[in-house]
Amino acid sequence: MSNRVEVRPAPAMATGVDTAQVAALSRGYWSTVAGRLGTDYVTIACGLVLIAIVSAAIFADLIAPADPYKTSIVRRLKPIGFANHPLGTDELGRDMLTRLIYGGRLSLFMGVLPVVNALIVGGILGMIAGFLGGRVNMAIMRVMDVFYAFPSVLLAIAISGALGAGVTNAIVSLTVVFIPPITRVTESVTTQVRNLDYVEAARASGAGTQTILRVHVLSNVLGPIFIYSTSLISVSIILASGLSFLGLGTEPPEPEWGLMLNTLRQSIYINPWVAALPGAVIFATSLCFNLLSDGLRTAMDVRL
Amino acid sequence: MFGYILRRVAYAIPIALGVSIIVFSLVHLSPGDPINAVIAADAPAEVAQRLKEAYGFDKPLPVQYGKWLLRAITGDLGVSIATGRAVAGEITSAAANTIMLAFFAGMLGFSIGAVLGGIAGYNQGSWIDKVATTMAITGVSVPHYWLGLVLVIVFAVELNMLPAMGMGPGGSRDWAWDVAHMRHLVLPMVTLSVIPMGIVTRTIRATVAEVLSNEFVQALRAKGLLERQVLGHIVKNAGPTCLAVMGLQFGYLLGGSILVETVFSWPGTGFLLNDAIFRRDIPVLQGVILILAMFFVLLNLMVDIAQTAIDPRMRRA
Repeated sequence: MSNRVEVRPAPAMATGVDTAQVAALSRGYWSTVAGRLGTDYVTIACGLVLIAIVSAAIFADLIAPADPYKTSIVRRLKPIGFANHPLGTDELGRDMLTRLIYGGRLSLFMGVLPVVNALIVGGILGMIAGFLGGRVNMAIMRVMDVFYAFPSVLLAIAISGALGAGVTNAIVSLTVVFIPPITRVTESVTTQVRNLDYVEAARASGAGTQTILRVHVLSNVLGPIFIYSTSLISVSIILASGLSFLGLGTEPPEPEWGLMLNTLRQSIYINPWVAALPGAVIFATSLCFNLLSDGLRTAMDVRL
Repeated sequence: MFGYILRRVAYAIPIALGVSIIVFSLVHLSPGDPINAVIAADAPAEVAQRLKEAYGFDKPLPVQYGKWLLRAITGDLGVSIATGRAVAGEITSAAANTIMLAFFAGMLGFSIGAVLGGIAGYNQGSWIDKVATTMAITGVSVPHYWLGLVLVIVFAVELNMLPAMGMGPGGSRDWAWDVAHMRHLVLPMVTLSVIPMGIVTRTIRATVAEVLSNEFVQALRAKGLLERQVLGHIVKNAGPTCLAVMGLQFGYLLGGSILVETVFSWPGTGFLLNDAIFRRDIPVLQGVILILAMFFVLLNLMVDIAQTAIDPRMRRA
């Protein structure tokens, strides 16, 4: 808590501002953020859970107890706690724990990549619209308004449905869904920054468009759109798995949480709780991303 | 006010046209010759050629779009490949079911969200605020198709209390106001209400907190107003924002119910859409998306106008 005071310069420091002190102040900001995060146990816990899920997916070959594709006719739909299958088996007798660990690979990839793509495309479009203003702004933002006129789930399903099933198609359709909101946020932040006095001062002292964009605009815009994008990852993971759940994402026998939920749906009368497991993992991942994003936003809020 | 409505409607027209262009291009997004997207795969070549001319697929794209748009405006959305019935007719009966489900889910989600969010915003930091915030973040993080499945497992499989599928006994597709039909409504309604509940709680909590931080609230209290009267002022100030969020959420409910309808085999537009995807029935896909998106545009327009009508501050902006 005491760290918060450091954001404001002490009276003695404020009298003569030179580059060294500015640098010290900006370090002060990041140490403040770190200090705030250090006491926010919910955010830390969520970060740890996410690290665990991501590393389990990356090192699946090393830690998974079985082969994710190995079927067994005699061991189908065994309950949670069955011998050698701690989380039971699915409708084809494959080990659930193994499939959940491997499933993270595609589910996380399909959930995170669209947001990263949209961050790049939307960020660039938004900065162009915000920095150039005028007709360019009108043209870009009106096109975005059209995409905004679709509820996000509907747009994702429409594009995926037309393109057909497949991981690439699902990623493309989700990218299209997330470009408009990121463009809007970037545009509004860029417009604010562009009109600030010090940008005007930089221009008056001879800084070119490129320099202003790189030094002033980019450094101010990146933080807000980065935080905003992390809040989209949770939605993206739910939507990506939802597309697979509808049969629009991955195809069998690939392990993917949404698809596993779909194929196990037929078995809820035989072994209900095993069927619910993939969804529980989607829920945990999405909840952690949401809480992490909230925690980051609070920690990085300069107004506090 | 009248001028504002005219301007707002004029602004909605290019948006609606843009939406129609995107929906139109869905046929051309689907891989292969677009004619394959609108006829059965085993159709003879001469039929394909004749239909190609009938649909105008041999003409340049802008001409095709113009023809398609004119037909769509007159209510002709083409013919389903799978069933051979007119798409418009199929959508009309399905849309009624979706709207009903979305309406009840919305009522449930909005009322819980409004009460929770209001109390939480008014008593920030209290235990009830923590409960509301937790419920809200759970509501926005839960994959609703999974929640539906869990509710089915608990209430249909384990407890055998409520039906798991369909809209009425024996797969009935006609709604009736009796207990048997209403029992079918409970689980999909609860499942679908969770996301709007979360979002409305979050928004109302933030709005009420923001209104409370204004100096006029302090002035009202200093003036000696009863807390009840102060509350009245808070509701009046927070109202327009809440109304806007609820309006938009209703639109998202209509568009987003596809996954929930799939889980519960609810015979609405989402179920129709899922069927269309499964059979690669592009005319139905196109028709459902067009109708839902147009409804969303219209809803946005109405929300904006209603918000301006009740909030004089908006008219200046």
